[in-house]
Amino acid sequence: MEHIPAPAIDFISLAPALILSVFGMLVLLMDLFAGKNKNLLVFASLVGLVLAGVSAFAPKALPVVSFGGSYVVDHLSVFFTLIFVFSSALTILLSIEYNPRNGIRAGEYYALILFCTVGMILLASATDLIMIFLGIEVVSICLYVLAGIKRGDVKSNEAALKYFLLGAFATGFLVYGMTLLYGATGTTKLAGIAEVIHSGQTNSDTLLLLGTVLLIIGFGFKVASVPFHMWAPDVYEGAPSPVTAFMAVGPKAAALVAFYRVFATAIPEIGTTWDTLLMVVAVATMVIGNFGAIVQTNIKRLLAYSSISHVGYLLIAIIARNSLGGSAIAYYMMAYAFMIFGTFGIVILLGEKNSENLEIKNYAGLGVKQPAIALCMTVFMLSLGGMPPFAGFIAKFYIFGAAIKEGYVVLVVIAVLNSVVSLYYYLKIVVLMYMKDSERELELSMGPITLAVVAIAVFGTIEMGLFPDPILQLTQ
Amino acid sequence: MLNLACLVPIFPLIGSIINGFFGLRIGKNAVGMVACGSVALSFLTVLLMFASLLFTPAEERMFEQVLFTWMAAGDFSVDFGFQIDPLSMVMMLVVTGVGFLIHVYSIGYMHEEYSYYRYFAYLNLFMFSMLLLVMGNNFLVMFIGWEGVGVCSYFLIGYYFEKKSACDAGVKAFVVNRVGDFAFLLAIMYIFNIFGTIDFSDVMHMAPEKLIFGAEPVTIITLLLFIGATGKSAQIPLYTWLPDAMEGPTPVSALIHAATMVTAGVYMVVRCSVLFEMAPLIMLTVAFIGGATALMAATIGMTQYDIKRVLAYSTVSQIGYMFLACGVGAYTAAIFHLVTHAFFKACLFLGSGSVIHGIHGEQDMRKMGGLKEHQPITYITFLISTFAIAGIFPLSGFFSKDEILYHALMDGNIILWGMGATGALLTAFYMFRLVFMTFWGESRVDPHVHPHESPKVMTLPLMILAGLATVGGLLGIPLVHGWHALHNWLEPVLHFDLAATLEHSRHMLHAQGEHPASWAHLLIETEHNVWVEIALMLLSLGIAITGIVGAYFCYVKNPDLPGKFIKGQWGYELVKNKYGVDELYDATIVKPTVVGSFFLWKTADQKGIDGGVNAVANVIGWFSVQARVFQSGFVRNYALFMVMGFLVLLILMF
Repeated sequence: MEHIPAPAIDFISLAPALILSVFGMLVLLMDLFAGKNKNLLVFASLVGLVLAGVSAFAPKALPVVSFGGSYVVDHLSVFFTLIFVFSSALTILLSIEYNPRNGIRAGEYYALILFCTVGMILLASATDLIMIFLGIEVVSICLYVLAGIKRGDVKSNEAALKYFLLGAFATGFLVYGMTLLYGATGTTKLAGIAEVIHSGQTNSDTLLLLGTVLLIIGFGFKVASVPFHMWAPDVYEGAPSPVTAFMAVGPKAAALVAFYRVFATAIPEIGTTWDTLLMVVAVATMVIGNFGAIVQTNIKRLLAYSSISHVGYLLIAIIARNSLGGSAIAYYMMAYAFMIFGTFGIVILLGEKNSENLEIKNYAGLGVKQPAIALCMTVFMLSLGGMPPFAGFIAKFYIFGAAIKEGYVVLVVIAVLNSVVSLYYYLKIVVLMYMKDSERELELSMGPITLAVVAIAVFGTIEMGLFPDPILQLTQ
Repeated sequence: MLNLACLVPIFPLIGSIINGFFGLRIGKNAVGMVACGSVALSFLTVLLMFASLLFTPAEERMFEQVLFTWMAAGDFSVDFGFQIDPLSMVMMLVVTGVGFLIHVYSIGYMHEEYSYYRYFAYLNLFMFSMLLLVMGNNFLVMFIGWEGVGVCSYFLIGYYFEKKSACDAGVKAFVVNRVGDFAFLLAIMYIFNIFGTIDFSDVMHMAPEKLIFGAEPVTIITLLLFIGATGKSAQIPLYTWLPDAMEGPTPVSALIHAATMVTAGVYMVVRCSVLFEMAPLIMLTVAFIGGATALMAATIGMTQYDIKRVLAYSTVSQIGYMFLACGVGAYTAAIFHLVTHAFFKACLFLGSGSVIHGIHGEQDMRKMGGLKEHQPITYITFLISTFAIAGIFPLSGFFSKDEILYHALMDGNIILWGMGATGALLTAFYMFRLVFMTFWGESRVDPHVHPHESPKVMTLPLMILAGLATVGGLLGIPLVHGWHALHNWLEPVLHFDLAATLEHSRHMLHAQGEHPASWAHLLIETEHNVWVEIALMLLSLGIAITGIVGAYFCYVKNPDLPGKFIKGQWGYELVKNKYGVDELYDATIVKPTVVGSFFLWKTADQKGIDGGVNAVANVIGWFSVQARVFQSGFVRNYALFMVMGFLVLLILMF
């Protein structure tokens, strides 16, 4: 019988994913015995995340290739692993006070976040279409459940169902696209695809291009770019706030890095055929996202549209398809993690028992009543709008710089104009906080842990704006 | 000694942090002490540095202090550092010196305010940002300061947030400024793309070698930079925010919207003078925009009744003069006017604040009059500054404005000079209209109000500023050839070798196989003609006196005359309504954006899907049948929308 050689596996470089898988199962088991007190689960999950984050630095020399070239741990994937671990940890911290208050008692909540993180780590390291598909499905399935974890809440259920149905639909596009790419090049490895294209030995150019279009749709759905964004506002609104923050950062970052890897390393050579498509998508995403956000009255919907517009900026880095683009995405997502978790921390702080206080007008008068929190919110809003000296400015500057370097000047002009428009609605919240009197008494549910998350986020937003260099070096 | 540079912005930052976080606890006196003390420390540090720079040989007056590598990615690297040279030194002196006086004045003016600490925290933060702006050694540090002053300005305009007009004015200022900022940011990226660096000294050194005189890249860069400058410095077409910004407290108007922030655009243009010198088309644009703004704002200033709005339009107009000077290559004159303007306009604004303070918040000049008996110190300092702005010998404004007008005629053309000279006539007229209506004649003050002079803490800064407005002109007495202190001081920064640049450009064009047109006419030096200058001085002195006499005739001799004259004049109504520019912007830009986003969201993003989908659904009926399986109406539509997106992308691809 033919002996099948086992592929070379470097377990040290796989450590973050392995540790989190083990801890995820551990948390599930512990839930059987934990009873009503979930603190132990929280603690175990956080320990797992911290261990995973530390073990990400374990490989001595990067990059490390495993599974016969399907899985590579390089600087980019290590940095994204840190983003994932960090954002998952913040999600769990935000949930500690939020979940009991809003009647979320499920212990599997924490396990799902850990499993989802595993999927994201796989996705960031995947250099094979099959591995990418595996990562995307692990992440998506966890998210479907997490979006609907508020079982008694109709909106949460609706969000989960919508997300699931549309997600399944989009997965179809993605798999079909991968199949066609395989059909055209005869390999699923990203490097292999690039080689085949380079040598000009593709089976069919039509299949290749069709596959590219389908991949844009599949990834476009996962990152919520127009016109595949329709689910985002509904799902963001319906999901519990910590989960919304989680979805806006981790899974989005994971999908983006895979998007980047496929388009910038596998098929950059046919870039001139797909860059117009992505440019149309990017511009539409920015415009619909920003103008959609202007008219929102619900803070979570506003943030959903704002998040769509940010994807528009991020797509520009993929279009640039240079290494600067990769580190720009990494930097942007890290900065975005700080801003979004901070903002959602404040959204959660403003919530009351059984009501989440999600109307923007509820922010009126916050500047007088809670000056410190209003100041934090102002920092987040200005940073999201790309104002220096905050992280959001440097992040945008990098993305635009990467695109200008490749000569996409018009695209950058449109993007910068869009960021001017975006300031309008971010500023609207600042104006409300400082310049309007509140219509009713604000009762903040001041949880110390949520406050700590906001403090960390403010620190990060300012730190990454003033001293971007240390983090930037990590991304390269 | 120059190593102290990093301390200069840090003092106000510390002051801002202390006042912002502990302001309520430490009490009003301590807040005032912290705020003024921190700026005083900055000012003293700047003075020490100035002395040190003064004793450095002229050609070595360039000091860069790099604090840390701000960011580095691949071949892109930016330092966070400061550049101390004669130009930034002038700005630092003005910002910290005038800033300090206005801080002191604010102690008295804002004393009744509850959130006193908040005001000073913002004001100190503004000082910090403004110092970053003028001290930065590269475009990005400057941009950080540029945005920082914008944010502080926004908060300070909206300081009286109970007033809706104040909020609106803050937002308007912010958004209009962002239009300019976006152009500035693009310019920075363009510069980086061409030079591979955004360090000021590197860019200015490399520019003659990397850019072709008058070609497209340098023209686009300078155009973008200038658009940025028009936003911050309130020039046509982005000037509309400044008059509304007067909703802020008066010391803020003096500091931010007269003496420092709004002149940042002028500073930026002068800082990039090498680039502008290489783009003659943009230079001409700058000159004409400056001249037109100077003239137009002056006409509006003649028709306003709110004392602060008159001064606001006057500021717009005076900054127009500075750009006019930049546009004809007279950068020294621009900076000279920037400095003298900082003195007399700060004095005028603070004086108007003293008037408003003395009659309990009234700003309408029709309800003033006869105040000179009640507020003698305010009156005298105000009068001195008014003489200065009107250009009366030997006050500061006379010298700086004449230098601009002289260069407008000699290096520019007669039209530019005409705009400037007409503007000067109107300036003298509306400024004395202001003085006569406020301080002279019968009192029209509300009889229940008893006007009183302001406390020492407010009048002392007024007196110092009036003194500076008087003697500030000594910086640049031009009569003795070759002796012009400010010109000699700035010479190392502004040095630009046109002949060598043209030679370089010619080589580059040859290398590209093109033949440039003759540039010989550009190299003809105009001699400094002392007699022309003296003649022009006498002429403009005559113009100023005509304006003053005109105002005296209209507002003191025959107070009824203006009323009769303007009655039924459509021209007057047009000017009084600020040429309807605000309404025009509102109708063409603001409304369509708001309505458009509603349309886009409601129609394209929510309902349009239904409509569009229905249409497409008929075409691809098969899919709609499939989609109905999903039960939920929304999900079906979303999915169909995705399919439509797929079809569109497919069509685009093939």
